[in-house]
Amino acid sequence: MQPALEIVDLQKVYKGGFHALKGINLTVNQGDFFALLGPNGAGKSTTIGVITSLVNKTSGRVNVYGCDIDTELEAAKSHIGLVPQEFNFNQFETLTRILVNQAGYYGVDRTLALQRAEKYLRQLELWDKRDTPARMLSGGMKRRLMIARALMHEPKMLILDEPTAGVDIELRRSMWEFLQELNQQGITIILTTHYLEEAEMLCRNIGIIDGGVIVENTSMKALLATLDVETFVLDITPTEKTLALNGFVSRLIDDHTLEVDVKKSQGLNPVFAALTEQNIQVLSMRNKSNRLEELFVRLVNGTNSADANNTSTTNTDNSKETN
Amino acid sequence: MSSSTNLIALKSILYKETHRFMRIWVQTLVPPAITISLYFVIFGSLIGSRIGEMGGFDYMAFIVPGLIMMSVITNSYSNVASSFFSAKWQRNVEEMLVAPVPNWVIVAGYVGGGMARGLLVGLIVTFIALFFTDIQVHNPWVIAITVALTSATFSLGGLINAVFAKSFDDISIIPTFVLTPLTYLGGVFYSISLLPEFWQGVSQLNPVVYMVNAFRYGFLGISDVSLTVAFSVLGFFIVSMWAVAMYLINKGIGLRS
Repeated sequence: MQPALEIVDLQKVYKGGFHALKGINLTVNQGDFFALLGPNGAGKSTTIGVITSLVNKTSGRVNVYGCDIDTELEAAKSHIGLVPQEFNFNQFETLTRILVNQAGYYGVDRTLALQRAEKYLRQLELWDKRDTPARMLSGGMKRRLMIARALMHEPKMLILDEPTAGVDIELRRSMWEFLQELNQQGITIILTTHYLEEAEMLCRNIGIIDGGVIVENTSMKALLATLDVETFVLDITPTEKTLALNGFVSRLIDDHTLEVDVKKSQGLNPVFAALTEQNIQVLSMRNKSNRLEELFVRLVNGTNSADANNTSTTNTDNSKETN
Repeated sequence: MSSSTNLIALKSILYKETHRFMRIWVQTLVPPAITISLYFVIFGSLIGSRIGEMGGFDYMAFIVPGLIMMSVITNSYSNVASSFFSAKWQRNVEEMLVAPVPNWVIVAGYVGGGMARGLLVGLIVTFIALFFTDIQVHNPWVIAITVALTSATFSLGGLINAVFAKSFDDISIIPTFVLTPLTYLGGVFYSISLLPEFWQGVSQLNPVVYMVNAFRYGFLGISDVSLTVAFSVLGFFIVSMWAVAMYLINKGIGLRS
């Protein structure tokens, strides 16, 4: 089966000489839920821009469902639905008109477009706003409008560039459910996001881009399996004394908060045992950060931020570190 | 895309463009009606009655074709310039750029929208003119072809302006400093045969002279220039401006980075 997206040695040099993409190679399979992550300015939006023909590439090859964008651009475009990062609809038009016009650009006749507009506006809980000018919508509604617009021609591949930026958590979760439903229907989804929890929860495969190159391209499971150290935050009964946790790097953040770096091979039992011995009760526990976030920081910085072998102590104004 | 899907895309752009200027009719249709009414009152009735005849017709009848054409030119141009630039500025032009719409459909759609407004304003102005003078028609085909080609030419001009524009100021510079002088000096208010020989020669470099005179011929049967030359000039401008507009959109100038 041909891939949904195949990018080979993609280069982009902007006017002025900025080398945004330095040979991107990426394959996304049909039906995948793929995360394209990277820090600001890494090249994510430029890559998406080239795929959707909003940015002219300097060199390289891009195939969308087997259609080369150099030779079969219109066919390639018809497979893609784009939800861009910035609101880019006519703020003065009503929602229905925005959707029906967009469908028209893809050759969907008006009768069918009106049916689809109703379907997606209802699914995305915008039906009551169908005759409202887009500028009157809240930020979350505008994001959902852009998703509805991208679906009007029923594309095989949906590209979402930070679709949940600035969206409250309740709405974000409902958008996740909607995207998962679309993916289950067979739509390939490529997602960029700064919420790494979102990427970890939704995506099966991941590409991390930094400085215009792909620094990691693997399955989410395989990537998370490489995380050998996790940092846990323990809420403990208040203590003033220095805690001894032999074999662990730990930091007493305040008198009732302890951070402990735990290697996969170590497990948490020795931590609990050592604290119990010192008459310290663990009241609750959580991960300091999302697991993907720890890996992401490590990959884009080129350093292991939670290196368990590093047992040096550092004191800051707000923390006391013990070993 | 097939021709049927291209047709749907073209209709969508035309519908969007027509709906845009109809939605803001107070800004797009009323001002030219008021402006032209003032021209009729001041230049036609008040001053025109003292001027007497021009080209064998009373002054009001003489200036009506030119004033209609002036409205068509201004509105065709400004409709496309402001609409396309707004689409760039709000970035909703990307809705079309990411879709499989051929570039010629985008250009034709915007030009069609500009023509729709230009011709509608032309009809409104013609209707208003009926309150001030009788309008005779010498050759309706010349009227229809001239006004359609002129409207298309200036719609293309508005599109080219919008492609290069980086701010709203940039879409008012050309109308103010180029379009208005060309129109006022294009024989709307006078016959260029009244000018000294040197200025008659200079006027022949002004394309609006040919458009206004061909249009006036359609109404009154008089013209300062040959109809063949006028249509040749119109043909040259429409073909060359279409080529320029297509080149700019194909290259993505001002649209793609």
